[in-house]
Amino acid sequence: MKTYRDIAGDGGSDVLGQVTERAARMRARMALVARKLAVMSGKGGVGKSVVTVNLAAALAMRGRKVGILDADLNGPSIARMLGIENRRLTVGGAGLVPAVGPFGTRVVSMDLLLSRQGAPVAWDAPALQHRSTWLGALEASALGELLGDTAWGELDFLLIDLPPGPERFPVFDGLFPECDGAIAVTIPSAIAALTVRRSVVLARRCKAGILGAVENMAGYRCPCCGARQALFAEEGESVARTLGVPVLGSIPFDPRIARCADQGVPFVAAHRDTPAARAIVGVVEQIDRTCAGQEASR
Amino acid sequence: MKFLCVVCDEAMKVAEIPSPSSGDALTVVFRCPGCGHQVALLTNPWEAQLVRSLGVAIGGRSAPPAPLELVRATLTEARLLWTEEAERRLERVPEFVRSVVRKSIERYARQQGCREVTPQVIDEAKADMGM
Ligand SMILES: Nc1ncnc2c1ncn2[C@@H]1O[C@H](COP(=O)(O)OP(=O)(O)OP(=O)(O)O)[C@@H](O)[C@H]1O
Ligand SMILES: [Mg+2]
Ligand SMILES: [Zn+2]
Ligand SMILES: [Zn+2]
Repeated sequence: MKTYRDIAGDGGSDVLGQVTERAARMRARMALVARKLAVMSGKGGVGKSVVTVNLAAALAMRGRKVGILDADLNGPSIARMLGIENRRLTVGGAGLVPAVGPFGTRVVSMDLLLSRQGAPVAWDAPALQHRSTWLGALEASALGELLGDTAWGELDFLLIDLPPGPERFPVFDGLFPECDGAIAVTIPSAIAALTVRRSVVLARRCKAGILGAVENMAGYRCPCCGARQALFAEEGESVARTLGVPVLGSIPFDPRIARCADQGVPFVAAHRDTPAARAIVGVVEQIDRTCAGQEASR
Repeated sequence: MKFLCVVCDEAMKVAEIPSPSSGDALTVVFRCPGCGHQVALLTNPWEAQLVRSLGVAIGGRSAPPAPLELVRATLTEARLLWTEEAERRLERVPEFVRSVVRKSIERYARQQGCREVTPQVIDEAKADMGM
């Protein structure tokens, strides 16, 4: 009797063919994007989204063409941080047309697809009580559509803001073979160190690998004397520096960063002459340089 | 998943997918090209949903999927997307009535089960409202 491998094809659905075709469409789309970088963190709330938005703005201010995909399907925040939550995505001949944010950034996010602001991201599906069996597959497919069905056009950088969690990047890396690398956002808290390390270890094993770490909320300037104060109980040596990956920069805590994010204005443009903005620009210079270097060595 | 006719030792082929597969489950009929014997694959709702969630069309596809096909079909409270041309048409409407016009066109489009708002849908909606 024949076995599974003796039979070519699947009787008419050609699932393999459909998957191959989808991958080819994604490759064609991504051939126009020079650098696809994921922004990740082991822990939630460390500032991934704020960092993504400001890196994107700073890159765009240097004349780079930048796209942002908010891959945090259930907790999208990029559109609001860029002040474009009221914009509409449209459909054009080449696919979904991204919303245009500050400095010409092109943005795709789940909240731009909802009919009402603040509506929860929920799925219309029977078998909701069994969602654990299919939700992962659905979210992966949704992410694939957002990435591959969008008419990003030619870009120098596509930044992908991932949801928190140490396994997020490894899973994403498997889903999106075009990814060029991850930027890990960390905080200097000793308590977070374990999660941060674990996520970096997992990410380094991935095909795309880690470009470097950005230390966020790295202390603050005392308003009275200007001295650096720690925000968290820190370890003797900065966590980021013991990870064995390049530290691309340290962004201090600055309440204006949060305020700008809430107002939908990129901090790095609004407060150029601050230590935090200079740190962000410093990170961007390195990303730009390493990427130009990779380009040259090809 | 493949089906084998044990009698003929031949792979069975998709013969029919009664559509819409009754509600939340999925039915696929396979037929043996050798002896003509048919079997039906019946899935339970969560098996059907798992297949749907993969974004592949059982029985095959004749055309590539529309942009965001799965997200638009599955997202609760999904916004009805407009094509660029339709959006440009709306821009010709004076600003102070634009959001009212947008809403009524979208209401019409949803009633008609349109996947997106195209210039043609706008024309139909206008005719329907006697505009
Ligand atoms: N350097 C900073 N200085 C001041 N506030 C900051 C800084 N970085 C981030 N924040 C604030 O911290 C909060 C969390 O930031 P953000 O939402 O970017 O984190 P996240 O890692 O994306 O969170 P999540 O894991 O929920 O996606 C926000 O209110 C943000 O404005
Ligand atoms: Mg976030
Ligand atoms: Zn002081
Ligand atoms: Zn047979």
